Amino acid sequence: MFNALSDAGSPQGGQDAGTEGQEFRRTERRLLLEAYFDFIRIRFLTMLAYRLNYYTGILIYSLNIGVNYFTWKAIYGQGESLGGFTAAQMTTYVAVSWMARAFYFNNLDREISTDIRDGSIAIQFIRPYNYVLAKMMQGLGEGMFRFLLFMIPGMALAMLLFPVHLPHDPAAWAGFLVMLFFSFLINSQINIITGLLAFFVENNEGLMRMKRVVVDLFSGLIIPISLFPGWLSSILKLLPFQAITYLPGSVFTGRVQGVGIWNVFGIQIIWFAVLLIPLFWLYRAARQRLFVQGG
Amino acid sequence: MAAIDVHDLRKTFKVQKNRGGLKGAFVDLFKREYNEVTAVKDISFQIPEGEICGYIGENGAGKSTTIKMLTGILVPTSGRLTVGGYVPYEEREKFVRNIGVVFGQRSQLWWDIGVIESFELLRKVYRVEEADYKKRLDELVERLELQELLNRPVRKLSLGQRMRCELVAALLHNPSIVFLDEPTIGLDIVVKSEIRSFLKDMNREHGTTILLTTHDLQDIEALCSRVIMLDDGSIIYDGGLDELKQRWGTGREVVFQFGTATKLNRLELLTEGMPVKWTAENNLGATVWIPLEMNVSDVLGRVVGQADITDIKIIETNTDDIVRSIYQSGSANKAEEANLALPREGAGHV
Repeated sequence: MFNALSDAGSPQGGQDAGTEGQEFRRTERRLLLEAYFDFIRIRFLTMLAYRLNYYTGILIYSLNIGVNYFTWKAIYGQGESLGGFTAAQMTTYVAVSWMARAFYFNNLDREISTDIRDGSIAIQFIRPYNYVLAKMMQGLGEGMFRFLLFMIPGMALAMLLFPVHLPHDPAAWAGFLVMLFFSFLINSQINIITGLLAFFVENNEGLMRMKRVVVDLFSGLIIPISLFPGWLSSILKLLPFQAITYLPGSVFTGRVQGVGIWNVFGIQIIWFAVLLIPLFWLYRAARQRLFVQGG
Repeated sequence: MAAIDVHDLRKTFKVQKNRGGLKGAFVDLFKREYNEVTAVKDISFQIPEGEICGYIGENGAGKSTTIKMLTGILVPTSGRLTVGGYVPYEEREKFVRNIGVVFGQRSQLWWDIGVIESFELLRKVYRVEEADYKKRLDELVERLELQELLNRPVRKLSLGQRMRCELVAALLHNPSIVFLDEPTIGLDIVVKSEIRSFLKDMNREHGTTILLTTHDLQDIEALCSRVIMLDDGSIIYDGGLDELKQRWGTGREVVFQFGTATKLNRLELLTEGMPVKWTAENNLGATVWIPLEMNVSDVLGRVVGQADITDIKIIETNTDDIVRSIYQSGSANKAEEANLALPREGAGHV
């Protein structure tokens, strides 16, 4: 059915029984894996293509930390502690939260909804890969770019300017880095779900804006969750957003230690698993009713 | 076995209805109404391996929708289709590895990075082995003269340069079936003919099956042995290009300019007994329509010498005219009435 020319990449070749077929399939898998990792590289290169974005990025993150630092300093005044945070812990929490945001933040919701609305999703669907996974890898590329080129120099700058205290306990560091990765996963899942909704509503702009505010506020980036009124903070503890900033931040500032780290990490894993369900379901439903705009 | 096999394919879209006025807009907030629009209406066709088939029709006729179903992007509402042995929407990821697609209006290269980076990524996406890739890329780069462009970011390429890169991107994995959706749109004549000859060579050397949509009928004339014409979601013509021309180009027209006033009935008298039709613009100009089976020279022979002729033009109907009149009449069967409305273009002086 296929002519002989499609030797490389034809599934017919893979159906030969025996070791040759197995060898072939292994190569296939390796190449696909390489492709997914290449998305990280490509996004990294794309981000590097615009230097101005890079310089302003560092400035914006440092400014954000500064603004939050001075605001909290004014709120604390002579006070000792608020919602279980001392002034020093709060400074560290603010700096660490914003730096974490540099890694987990991405615009996958906007990218996906743009793909859907201008019809370029068509290009994505003629490629032999999973669209959502490819997007996720691109988000990771963006995150790694910011992590290496915003977060590390930005953190150094923040430590020079403000009294930020990083922990000495290696467990806190390890816990934080692993949890930071899950922050990225959960935040990206929420973004992808928001983006995919563009398949079902003509315009999801309002939804995306709402999501952004909700994530920044309810994740504890702007105000730590323990500072919310009792009833609200108990609701927020039932939502996935706290797993993005508040939980890893708590580990890193030393408010959660020892076995507690495993507990909060468990919450992250549960949310990661739970969010896979709507994600998978939306993607399948979207494939069924995909309507490519513009002809 | 046919490379593309389509039976009673149908695609219906739900299009949201907007009620008028402030009140209507308010009601829309709570209760939406939808219209059903059928973009493709139960079409069937088979394309054998190695054929280049043109898929033409007006804007909105359903061409792109068909292409999107054939490439696995859209799920059909009903009907059966197999492309290269696969049902496209069922096994999308496996299926798309054997096809190549170029959308003339959409880029599949990464905008901000060098062309070669995009190619490298596509190599991995399509799981092409390094050695095969090198060979194929060298071949394509040489054929399409891209050597100097490979390290430039896509956003700095001209449209013609970009389109040649798009072709390479779609063909790197050596697909056996290629879909081209308006591949020559907006290109200058030099690039157009380059792309045409490239596609023709590819079809000859590799036996690649090509389905091509276009608004430029010269693409069709240069490449396709077969044309499928779509109107309002239905196929109105499926067959050879020559056949289309014969069936539709039912005659030629000869335009005379006279030095002295010449009456229409005098001209009709000259060609008495011939199945020709005269029309006059004024006393100094007249047009005669001659059916295809008659010799133009027979008619000319009767008129020349009898009248004071200053100029003669013979007008052949070209494909553009044929297609335009089919579009206007909306059916490939009503040949007669549309033929009379043939515009006068593509004149050749005698």
